[in-house]
Amino acid sequence: MSANEHDETIDLTLKVWRQRSGGAPGQFETHEMKGVSVHSSFLEMMDVLNATLVRAGKEPVVFDHDCREGICGSCSMVINGQAHGAEPETATCQLHMRKFRSGETVFVEPWRADSFPVIRDLMVDRSAFDRVMSAGGYVSANTGSPPDANATPISREDSDQAMDAAACIGCGACVAACPNSSAMLFVGAKVSHLARLPQGQPERERRVVAMVQAMDSEGFGNCTNHYECSKACPKGIGVDVIAQLNRDYIKATVVRSN
Amino acid sequence: MNDTKTTASPRLDSKAPGGPIAERWDKHRFDLKLVAPANRRRFKVLVVGTGLAGASASASLAELGYDVTALCIHGSPRRAHSIAAQGGINAAKNYQNDGDSVYRLFYDTVKGGDFRARESNVHRLAQVSVNIIDQCVAQGVPFARDYGGMLDNRSFGGAQVSRTFYARGQTGQQLLLGAYSAMMRQVQAGRLRVMPERELLDVVKVDGIARGAMVRNLRTGELERFAADAVLLCTGGYGNVFYLSTNAKKSNVTASWRATKRGAFFANPCFTQIHPTCIPVSGDYQSKLTLMSESLRNDGRVWVPKAAGDKRPANQIPEDERDYYLERRYPSFGNLVPRDVASRAAKERCDAGFGVGPTGVAVYLDFLDAIARHGRATIEAKYGNLFQMYERITGDDPYTKPMRIYPAVHYTMGGLWVDYNLETTVPGLFALGEANFSDHGANRLGASALMQGLADGYFVIPYTIAGHLAGRSLQPVSTSHEAFDAAEADVRASVDRLMGIRGSRPADSFHRELGKVMWDQVGMSRTKAGLEDALVRIRGIREAFWGDLMIPGDARDLNMELETAGRVADFLEFAELFANDALTREESCGGHFREEHQTAEGEAKRDDENFCHASAWEYNGANKPFTEHREPLEFEYVHLTQRSYK
Repeated sequence: MSANEHDETIDLTLKVWRQRSGGAPGQFETHEMKGVSVHSSFLEMMDVLNATLVRAGKEPVVFDHDCREGICGSCSMVINGQAHGAEPETATCQLHMRKFRSGETVFVEPWRADSFPVIRDLMVDRSAFDRVMSAGGYVSANTGSPPDANATPISREDSDQAMDAAACIGCGACVAACPNSSAMLFVGAKVSHLARLPQGQPERERRVVAMVQAMDSEGFGNCTNHYECSKACPKGIGVDVIAQLNRDYIKATVVRSN
Repeated sequence: MNDTKTTASPRLDSKAPGGPIAERWDKHRFDLKLVAPANRRRFKVLVVGTGLAGASASASLAELGYDVTALCIHGSPRRAHSIAAQGGINAAKNYQNDGDSVYRLFYDTVKGGDFRARESNVHRLAQVSVNIIDQCVAQGVPFARDYGGMLDNRSFGGAQVSRTFYARGQTGQQLLLGAYSAMMRQVQAGRLRVMPERELLDVVKVDGIARGAMVRNLRTGELERFAADAVLLCTGGYGNVFYLSTNAKKSNVTASWRATKRGAFFANPCFTQIHPTCIPVSGDYQSKLTLMSESLRNDGRVWVPKAAGDKRPANQIPEDERDYYLERRYPSFGNLVPRDVASRAAKERCDAGFGVGPTGVAVYLDFLDAIARHGRATIEAKYGNLFQMYERITGDDPYTKPMRIYPAVHYTMGGLWVDYNLETTVPGLFALGEANFSDHGANRLGASALMQGLADGYFVIPYTIAGHLAGRSLQPVSTSHEAFDAAEADVRASVDRLMGIRGSRPADSFHRELGKVMWDQVGMSRTKAGLEDALVRIRGIREAFWGDLMIPGDARDLNMELETAGRVADFLEFAELFANDALTREESCGGHFREEHQTAEGEAKRDDENFCHASAWEYNGANKPFTEHREPLEFEYVHLTQRSYK
């Protein structure tokens, strides 16, 4: 649904989640937003709200953001029940207000997952992703004298598929969208990226086992094929990376132990 | 300050080695002292910032065995703003057999920088560029490849060879994730501690040497002390002094500025890169600007109506009523003139009343001819993701309507003055990547920012830091040293001062006001009168800020308004130095255009007689004028010539 082409502004009722800290109770706070420019982004609409709150001496709504062009993965809002809102392949920061109707009520909530505790309001702690990455999301190649970059040809298909998976911005929408709070799209993306490349082969088995163990110990759930993760992913990463993750994991554990 | 003759400041020893340029880095590396492997873990290195420069430095130094702590302003190092770089990274691999070489990359960079960079540094950059690509491929960076499996290259503005490596439109992301993954491996190995959500608020010196930092924990609001044997500032550029720029919202000048106040000289702040193809400002709620890749100018034609104030939709303006002003003014380069030239030409047309769109501050970038000639499919294959991004932001379809674009601040070539070792004028304090001033002169070539960040972090600092650590006898310093007490008291006082204003306006509102003054008078085109007026206005905004700022909440708590206020306070001071630098540099070069200094055709006129130097500014205390120090630049290899794109 989009705003009427000729309307330059819309009015909204915002229901924004406010929560002091992970342990404190939270609740929705209602704000009437009048005259929101349809050309502004969702975060710019939130900026306007915050400026109003600050001028009134009230604490602004805390949310994570930085690049505002859909690549740093900081922004993280559940909008009307959907991670990053309803637009496909669009991070919250690239969602624009022309996608909303005047008079609409819009609910804004943080990612909700046990592994992403709320810091305040709409900001959550996603350091679990860094810990999963440090378990094995890399190629062990010290800075120094690697072989010439063209020494090992890589087929264009492999390289393109590696890039498809490597496009992950680590925002965590996959976890927020999953009824099990599974991080398998995130982990699968890294495992698939490196599995496609010759550089990733020496540590391939060790990597998948270590990352899955870390993922489990961080409390992320398992995949039960809802595919909400892929639908919420602002980079459109496909569930084939989860299949790859499962294949590699089975190969590295069951097959190997037999 | 009025003396325009370049005399070398005794305070600026570049330590650039002599001899044949191709041998300088090797010779210097040999001459540097080494730290024995067993001793490295005794040295603590504090890396501030985790973009390409900081991430590559932290990982490489940890691999060598140093005890490294990396401070990160974000929740994770992977979110640093290097992630947003689109186009690519240059390297003198000559994989295309098209005549590239280390020397040619060196030559192009010196010339592209309009002869305001240090030759020795630029040559080293070109030399290590080839190692960067090897290193990144080894990490699993999925660069674009051809069907034979070899790495692909594209050509980029200002170069006649194809030397740009790329990973779709997400090269910065892939390079940063490579460096980040190398960091995470060192975290796992226990050699690197990453401290997320931390902001440097002061550099701590003991006996004149940088020995640590005062840091605010952004989650809790607590002040923390970090002691170290070397401090590396990898904190990026200061483009956000303009408020609207392509920089991320958290990008700021605070670390560099506070280091300046502790004795690090700030060099060439007025060298700013304005990128010609960005999505224009649409309203006063605007929080940032989005870059559309420079590659679009390969097929898009830039135009405005021939009649000023023509408000007809683009498709109702007949061909003979359109002014393809770049093609008209620069017949040989046409739409492909360098960034600074294209930007100024757009501003000239809009200032003269020919701008398009609801604000009149935009020009068309039109693909309809290219679509008619090559077919929609070809254009879609080349630029599909960019067109989609444009449509998402503006709601317009560039396949049927020309894009509207306007220049925006993109990169800052100035930064902390560093010598050949990347050390600032404060011993033990180093600056890497966009935070330093060293390699791009007055204008940076496309795809060279990523190259420099990684060169500094992977291949320069691992050698040069040893010269400091092994060359100076550093006594152990703990965080209970009185220098930390003093620094903490200073930081606490400045935080309390901000919190105590209790006025009525959010910090952001002052920042917007500052940005407007900077853009109008210290932006693409500068005049003496405009700069002098800007200085008065900047002081006025600063006064208003300190009288009417409102920060709700508590300082000892997560407080984003306080974070913003601290950064805006620094921008408000820094802006004055910026404008003064622009005023002092009575010439036009690269990203610095003074209207008084132009040719009859309106092109930039450099003054090598009087300004062939870097200006490094020394802080003398609050409300006192800065002292300018000059490092003369010598061009032994690339001879001084005037750029021409006619």
